[in-house]
Amino acid sequence: MSETPHIALGRRYHFAASHRLHSAKLSEQENNRVFGKCNNPYGHGHNYVLEVLFSGAADPATGMIANLAELDAFVNERVIEPFDHRSLQDDVPIFRELVPTTENLCTEIFKRLKSFPAAKLEAVRIEETSNNSFVYEGN
Amino acid sequence: MVYLTRKLEFSASHLYHNPALSAEENRRVFGKCNNPHGHGHNYTLEVTIAGEPDPVTGMVLDLKELKEILDREITQRMDHRFLNYEVAELKNQIPTCENVARVIWNLLETKIPRGHLHRVRLYESADLFADCYRNGAKGAA
Repeated sequence: MSETPHIALGRRYHFAASHRLHSAKLSEQENNRVFGKCNNPYGHGHNYVLEVLFSGAADPATGMIANLAELDAFVNERVIEPFDHRSLQDDVPIFRELVPTTENLCTEIFKRLKSFPAAKLEAVRIEETSNNSFVYEGN
Repeated sequence: MVYLTRKLEFSASHLYHNPALSAEENRRVFGKCNNPHGHGHNYTLEVTIAGEPDPVTGMVLDLKELKEILDREITQRMDHRFLNYEVAELKNQIPTCENVARVIWNLLETKIPRGHLHRVRLYESADLFADCYRNGAKGAA
């Protein structure tokens, strides 16, 4: 038997939001060419699935890496409340500057969740649709 | 290196209760998971084996062989069981997703005849899972 394995806890959350991919650094024509129908000025929406992975030692008293109620409250406050049923580029200040691609959403959500006190954030994975998903591991 | 993953499902009941804590603390920490009669889940287990494909068979590990190992070590031990009372490896442990994943890791690690165990991912529900992987290995692969 080798040394104790590494353990991580994964939790999935759901939020629905709209976005428009548009860069102020590009011309109207270039925006159109680069982002295609995602550049539609009225925006469009997705049911996002957010998957977070936290590692740590399981507390011997509870058998848990993190108390799920505490984790849920933390993620709800920092991500779900400000993102769910919002327009990302209009309602989330950072996306006024940053194109709200799901890549950028991963890095922003990682920043918002990495200070969770009870466990170490290993990865943020987002499914934009059932066919497209993105992972950010903080580096 | 090639990674091979096999999935299996089992159904089991459990409850969370630490005898070192008071009844009130157990309720506060574990919430409805502390119900003394227990409750159940349909667990989904993903077992990932890493290795080089055999030059003759093209396989990292024969899936039939892996299926037999998983059936013997996991399904027969845990399927339609009450984890707290019927799985010896979980005696005196809270059968959280984390702990059950670790027990599964320990049951399988030394029994993989080709390649090596890379990751165990145990889903307790579609939205909650625990990963176990070799210390120092990358988690998300």
